[in-house]
Amino acid sequence: MKFIDEYRNPAIVKGLLKHIADVAQRLENPVTIMEICGSHTYAIGRFGIRKLLPDNIRLISGPGCPVCVTSTRDVDIALHLASLPNVIFATFGDMLRVPGTGGDSLQKKRAEGADVRVVSSADECIGIALSHSAKEIIMMGIGFETTAPTIAAVVSTCREKDIRNFSVFSVHKIVPPAIHALLADPLLKIDGFLCPGHVSTMIGADAYRMMPEAGRAAAITGFEPVDILEGVWMLLQQIESNKMDVAIQYSRGVRPEGNTRAMTLLHSVFETADAQWRGLGTIPASGLTLRDEFAAFDTMKKFSAPDIQTGDIPGCGCGDILRGIKLPHDCPLFRKVCTPINPIGPCMVSSEGTCSTYYKYY
Amino acid sequence: MKFDKILLEHGGGGLLSNELISQYFLPRFQNPYLERLEDSAVLTIGNQKLCFTTDSYVVSPIFFPGGNIGSLAVHGTVNDLSVCGGKPLYMSCGFILEEGFPFASLEIIIQTMAEAATEANVKIVTGDTKVVARGAVDGIFINTSGIGIVEYSGILSVKSIQPGDVVIVNGTIGDHGAAIIQARENLSPTSDILSDSAPLNDLIAGTLQASPNIHCMRDATRGGLGAILAEIAKSAQVRIDVDEKSIPVRENVLGLCEVLGFDPLFLANEGKIILFCPESDAKAVLEAMQSHRYGRDAAIIGGVCKTEQGRVVLKTSIGGERIVDLPTGELVPRIC
Repeated sequence: MKFIDEYRNPAIVKGLLKHIADVAQRLENPVTIMEICGSHTYAIGRFGIRKLLPDNIRLISGPGCPVCVTSTRDVDIALHLASLPNVIFATFGDMLRVPGTGGDSLQKKRAEGADVRVVSSADECIGIALSHSAKEIIMMGIGFETTAPTIAAVVSTCREKDIRNFSVFSVHKIVPPAIHALLADPLLKIDGFLCPGHVSTMIGADAYRMMPEAGRAAAITGFEPVDILEGVWMLLQQIESNKMDVAIQYSRGVRPEGNTRAMTLLHSVFETADAQWRGLGTIPASGLTLRDEFAAFDTMKKFSAPDIQTGDIPGCGCGDILRGIKLPHDCPLFRKVCTPINPIGPCMVSSEGTCSTYYKYY
Repeated sequence: MKFDKILLEHGGGGLLSNELISQYFLPRFQNPYLERLEDSAVLTIGNQKLCFTTDSYVVSPIFFPGGNIGSLAVHGTVNDLSVCGGKPLYMSCGFILEEGFPFASLEIIIQTMAEAATEANVKIVTGDTKVVARGAVDGIFINTSGIGIVEYSGILSVKSIQPGDVVIVNGTIGDHGAAIIQARENLSPTSDILSDSAPLNDLIAGTLQASPNIHCMRDATRGGLGAILAEIAKSAQVRIDVDEKSIPVRENVLGLCEVLGFDPLFLANEGKIILFCPESDAKAVLEAMQSHRYGRDAAIIGGVCKTEQGRVVLKTSIGGERIVDLPTGELVPRIC
């Protein structure tokens, strides 16, 4: 097993497409499936999966790209923090080009002289903190339950080693409250969800019980073509038989209870707090903030937090696109004003953003 | 889009690099040679057709698996001349050195350059050195220029590409980019990924001999195969269809890409060319390439189908389709 070839095997893909076509033919109504995760959106575009599906099966993208759901307000705060004197601002690369109010970005701040550093992993910050003891290192903590435990581990290590010049600007979010918000949205007509494989390795399959309870099909799915198509097939079978469930397609990574060790670590450092999601508004208990005992590592407590209250960028359709109500082509800015060079909203920036994927691949 | 300041992305070989050249340099330096935007300028002096090119090398790290900044500085310029049908003859080199740079490293770099020049049969005939204060450059930057004579009778240019042409690449893609990422990220590889940095003048001379009908060749460096194909399709106003399955990629490069979230299509190469020729000549071209050490894995990867809106369409490994466009942004690993 090489875990690439097998899951991209054209013969298996062909077989799955046949199964999907067979069920699709028997369905009375068209089916809309939302892929929640940005990595799914990317993989569906990269492998050209959308066009391979029958006409009555529609895939739409959801709010699962952490960069995309970060509010303009949080981006503006990040820009402010990165500009502070004596600060090294560490971020994952996808945040670099995300525009704040007025089109400013971390990339532009860096060109103006701010010390913005792209890290591939949060623990790189420990080395930066140790070798720059006179500077303050701020890590932009972004991502869902997959990324948050790694940040929690770094915060824990810094406390153990008494590294005091490191803090986290946490805009972390958790997935289940966003799903509740989607299910409660009367505008959204979704028959089934492709649930995110990687997040599910952490939170487990049980976290999605609200989907079948709300009459929606659910399948936790991996990121290769065979995974995605098998996930779609599983959803269609549930929909056809009207027996909704949380199927685990991604069984090589996901257990019903998830990764309890990582989740324990996460909750030992973070607690939930209300969070602003682009497109979805403020969702109660959907964000992660550092617990009081880790306040020394909380950027917002360590630095005098600016009172920035900006709203989403006017005209930008990212909000509706993230909720699956609109497609990128429905946004008047898409391709005309909003392009990868001049992104108006974050969905055009992140490699997993819906607009970026549509711009690149369709 | 107007920027107040240069961003790192302006040097990435993608959309912003194109804008930098077309909006700032081209209008001011305007002349028909530059406007062609090929890898070298082809000039006629008296009865002699010459090709002339220049390139600066700022790679980090300066030593990487399969080469160093010195070998790269020779190979890059040799290849830029060769893809325009030139026989590289003479080169210049300019060194910008940082105060404190170790002599031991400099000696290795110069020795490698000398060996690379010998292999490529070019002479380094003029040069310059500058030393700047610590911090003004990162160790060592090198500029090389090269000049050669063009003997090929056909006109090698993006504008010569015709519907019906096939697209050929001389081997595995992404090796250089992957080697650099591996070295930069300090990854301990289970299998060594080596840069493909190599002088292609001999391979190209043999290929040009095998077919008098080659329409275009391009060096697939910064931005990788994907960016160069997208650029060619737009410039030639043709549709290029590419079959993902037929593109040679080493297993270890693919593995690194999978782990870090890169697409090998957009990883840099330093020993790869993309060639366009009529299908009738494809066999001869392929055989000529495959008989050379730098072309053993050469393959036909697609074709120029019909003239319409300039674009590259990739048939994916599972039979789907997607567009291949110029990359934007710095190459960054996925974040979740």
